[in-house]
Amino acid sequence: MNLHGIRAIYKFEMARMRRTLMQSVASPVISTTLYFVVFGAAIGSRMGDIDGISYGAFIIPGLLMLSLLTQSISNASFGIYMPKFSGTIYEVLSAPVSYLEIVLGYVGAAATKSVILGLIILVTARFFVDYQVLHPFWMLAFLVLTAVTFSLFGFIIGIWADGFEQLQVVPLMVITPLVFLGGTFYSIDMLPEVWQTVALFNPVVYLISGFRWAFYGVSDVHIGISVGMTLVFLFACMFTISWIFRTGYRLRP
Amino acid sequence: MPGEISIRHLEKVYDDGFRALSDINLEIQRGEIFALLGPNGAGKTTLISIVCGLVNASGGEVMVAGHDIIRDYRGARESIGLVPQELSTDAFESVWGAVSFSRGLFGKSPDPAHIEKVLRELSLWDKRNNRLMSLSGGMKRRVMIAKALSHEPRVLFLDEPTAGVDVELRRDMWAMVRGLRESGVTIILTTHYIEEAEEMADRIGVIRNGEIILVEDKAQLMAKLGSKELRLHLQHPLDAIPDALNGEPVSLEADGYDLIYTFDAQREQAGVARLLRLLGEKGIEFRDLQTRESSLEEIFVGLVNRPSAGVDAATTASPSGVNER
Repeated sequence: MNLHGIRAIYKFEMARMRRTLMQSVASPVISTTLYFVVFGAAIGSRMGDIDGISYGAFIIPGLLMLSLLTQSISNASFGIYMPKFSGTIYEVLSAPVSYLEIVLGYVGAAATKSVILGLIILVTARFFVDYQVLHPFWMLAFLVLTAVTFSLFGFIIGIWADGFEQLQVVPLMVITPLVFLGGTFYSIDMLPEVWQTVALFNPVVYLISGFRWAFYGVSDVHIGISVGMTLVFLFACMFTISWIFRTGYRLRP
Repeated sequence: MPGEISIRHLEKVYDDGFRALSDINLEIQRGEIFALLGPNGAGKTTLISIVCGLVNASGGEVMVAGHDIIRDYRGARESIGLVPQELSTDAFESVWGAVSFSRGLFGKSPDPAHIEKVLRELSLWDKRNNRLMSLSGGMKRRVMIAKALSHEPRVLFLDEPTAGVDVELRRDMWAMVRGLRESGVTIILTTHYIEEAEEMADRIGVIRNGEIILVEDKAQLMAKLGSKELRLHLQHPLDAIPDALNGEPVSLEADGYDLIYTFDAQREQAGVARLLRLLGEKGIEFRDLQTRESSLEEIFVGLVNRPSAGVDAATTASPSGVNER
């Protein structure tokens, strides 16, 4: 195991985050905070509780998930896309690092950033909304699991993309709608029956539901299914990445 | 003894069907400087990229420092430093950070003393805290060399190292390459600049259309092919070569208006002076003169333009043959 190699990549990526603090931390924190202010503190007080949880508190897991997903994807996809774009990837590809080590470095750094970001948002939310965390261990486990899974997904997008536009497309056009429709602002059982069935095809429903369970002990689907679905997606990403490196797809012609 | 780099039956066909390399066989000895010459698109970069792990081979095998580049890629890659042709550096990283990153990436524990030594040798020490984006092109090239040397490689690949580089850097680089060779590093460079190969290389390989068409010791190649030509435009045409010049390597062209003298630039020091003295004694006047050198470049152009050249045919190419344009 080339530990120095992993460390070099990881450190390099973390330094990149420190340089882009405004973009990678401040901006998601601010935009999420706006939701807390508007829906939690302002409108929330006039809305009824959902499943016995105040509206402001109800939306926290979903909003946290939104930042976690979009930031994991964009951190990881930028991390690998930039060297591909600038040509500096030659060095990583010619180095004595296995693909597992490359992934550990890049995805590890991206996931670390997302977890840090998630925790900052969680602390910030406290200033506007009163909430509790019923299962802190599971909350943290979900946070880390989601950050890792979607950083892997972002890594795949970064390798696949051959333009900056494509990097934006997935977080903006796919993830954001899925999160909004995945029960961030409402409970799935508030939907008409047909749409409840449709909603179950939205993978993000399982993430948010599981996360909300960790906070408040209530969920749309069983927690086991949530964890299971997340793991399925995690393994799908891992499988895709191992295929990428085996075939050299868009990395080694 | 197997070479430091041993390439056997290497093939590369890209996905679009383009055959970049066919049946490459090459042995590079430890501690030598090997220059790979070839026109654009001949396969130089593809060859280097396969050895360094940037491109997957379609067939054949490559050993570097005794390690197979696939089965034992760590061993092989640890021994290699690569300076690619394209200038690509991270914009925001500092010189020191970038070079230290490379060392770590190649699995070496941090060694600030070594990094300092490399940076000083490449005149980058004063710039160590500068961001890469603030450096000139030549400085960036130095950084890329420093990155390649950061992990103390046994084998150094320089892909077109002096393309677009000023004289000073070129001189520094040559001095550095010589110093590295003395410390036992094997160096493979590709270049368009024949003078570079002439100046630096111990052996020269010529690649064309994905095939190695010639591998020879530089001294032998130059001796065989390094001829020079002096062309005198005469005032009055000659019918025949004057007796006084019999035995000299001269010929007449352009209806007797041009007298051509072919000589070996390295061995014959006094030939031209003697010729001119003889002409003066004979009262043969000329109005202009030109000299031309059959540089490696011409030799090389001759070689790569041949419709089909086996190694034998290539190495016996006559200087007069390659002089013709």
